[in-house]
Amino acid sequence: MNNRTETLIPKLGVITDIRIDTPDVKTFRVVTPDGKKVFEHKPGQCAMLSIPGVGEAMFSITSSPTNTEFMEFSIKKCGCVTEWLHQAEPGQQITVRGPYGRPFPVDDEFAGKDLLFIAGGIGLAPLRSVINYCRHYRDRYGKIDIVYGSRSMNDLVDYREIVDEWCADGNVDVHLTIDREQEGWNGHVGFVPNYVKELGFDTGKTAVLCGPPIMIKFTLEGLCSMGFDKTQIYTTMELRMKCGVGKCGRCNIGSKYVCKDGPVFRCDELDELPDEY
Amino acid sequence: MRKCSLESMNTVLAEIAKTAALYLPVDEKEGRAAYKKWSEGTGWSKQLNTVRSPKDFFFPQVENLMEFKTEGKNIEIIDTRSESEDFVVFGVRACDVKSFEILDRVFLSEPVDSYYASRRAHGVVVAAACTRPSETCFCRTFGIDAADPYGDVAVWRTEDEVFWQEKTEKGAELMKKLESLTEECGVEAVEALKEKTAKIMDKLPLAGLSADAFGGDKTEKFFNAPQWKSLSEACLGCGTCTFVCPTCQCYDIKDFNTGKGVVRFRCWDSCMYSEFTKMSAGQPRLTQLERFRQRFMHKLVYYPANNDGMFSCVGCGRCLSRCPISMNIVKVMKTIGDKADE
Repeated sequence: MNNRTETLIPKLGVITDIRIDTPDVKTFRVVTPDGKKVFEHKPGQCAMLSIPGVGEAMFSITSSPTNTEFMEFSIKKCGCVTEWLHQAEPGQQITVRGPYGRPFPVDDEFAGKDLLFIAGGIGLAPLRSVINYCRHYRDRYGKIDIVYGSRSMNDLVDYREIVDEWCADGNVDVHLTIDREQEGWNGHVGFVPNYVKELGFDTGKTAVLCGPPIMIKFTLEGLCSMGFDKTQIYTTMELRMKCGVGKCGRCNIGSKYVCKDGPVFRCDELDELPDEY
Repeated sequence: MRKCSLESMNTVLAEIAKTAALYLPVDEKEGRAAYKKWSEGTGWSKQLNTVRSPKDFFFPQVENLMEFKTEGKNIEIIDTRSESEDFVVFGVRACDVKSFEILDRVFLSEPVDSYYASRRAHGVVVAAACTRPSETCFCRTFGIDAADPYGDVAVWRTEDEVFWQEKTEKGAELMKKLESLTEECGVEAVEALKEKTAKIMDKLPLAGLSADAFGGDKTEKFFNAPQWKSLSEACLGCGTCTFVCPTCQCYDIKDFNTGKGVVRFRCWDSCMYSEFTKMSAGQPRLTQLERFRQRFMHKLVYYPANNDGMFSCVGCGRCLSRCPISMNIVKVMKTIGDKADE
């Protein structure tokens, strides 16, 4: 029987690097004990990480699939597993299983399109994978815009990567904003939904949204009022999960399971689902 | 079709138990029945309706999935899986047999749950036709014939005889072992029994219950029905309905520190519990109304949407007799199904 595959049995991973992103977000680099990638994934997919005795939880894989050396997870401290991970040190082994879920349609629906990524706070984590994937295969896509906002400049996740790589990349336009004025910040100040309206994007773009529910709600309304159709807007969802494969029964919205039918949904697909998320 | 005398059943069961662990409904106090492992002299209960459903045989209430050993920063993952023993579940009602098909669609769909699959591969189901369906029965609502069950083998019991019919390859294998203890016979007695049971079914209080109003395309129609409020008002969120239900399959995965290592186990969970969907980031189902609605929408709408219209209820009636506030799926179907148009 032990030769039958079983998705619930994880693989071993080692945290090789921990980057402090914000006061409550750290990015963990994970490989197998012999230094390889634990498994391949597609942009937007998730993985179950666990520490035996503490618990298991689902996280977005924030590194791009084009990274051949390791996987990264940007994790906000907010529960048992995340608190434990935040006190871990490099060299710590964890367990990893996945990849789970439906990825962003980077090779079909996104192909040839102008892309507009909009993120708030830790919501950048699930988008980082797809943004870097699209930057890697840059000629497959049209214009790329990234709007990213957070409470303060200290709360911008992946700030160094944004400044050093994305902002320096002449092929990508980055628009950063923070909620309130702050010393040392020369950029835009204001909430993401308003900033998106101010910037006023061409409505032929494909938009990808992720952030706190309230930000998603207002940004979606804003995009629609600008003339975007919901079939052009994608988002990624988060609900409590245990199995990751649509069997444990807890992450459903109507007849769809976020773990396997999502986490990526097109906004017109969400309209078909009952309002329970 | 083959038969044996009811008197010889002990010998027949003993023959089955020679090569496989045998479980069957056994009388307990107050007229209740429960599945027990057969041993010499164990009597087959006339009560087919066991308090607990036989889903435990394939999806046990608690089962260990794997173990871990941790030392410093290192972890060892130990695959503790072992192949299930061969076993026979004897005397399963038609409705409960159907529940296995409903569970199969969850656990045997890709990626296959190897724990469940191993038990399913090694378990033989001997179904028993109902001769005395009870007032809480409504299997016919879901197209199940209580008098003509599926399973690997079906049996019918009369006053003094037991009739056997193999239904699958696994069933044929079992019947081969019983060749010398059973004899070939006609179908007349069984046909007569089926007719008799059908007449009882016609007169059951829930005989006219229909599920036609429900189905996979009915989310919009029923999700915001105002009746959910009054239906769920008295629900205690105790989860009894979930635990006695043969088709409820939600589970939790938890770790237990044994002092020598960590055991990761799976146990039944219930969508009726507030913890079920609670996250550090929020709670999508804030009150009992949302949890109550989830359970019934899943059985009558969401499951059919994902499974070619098949409902996730078999009309076994357990929730009708066990709910402490006398709420149940029948009341939900009658209230929501009839009134949602108004």
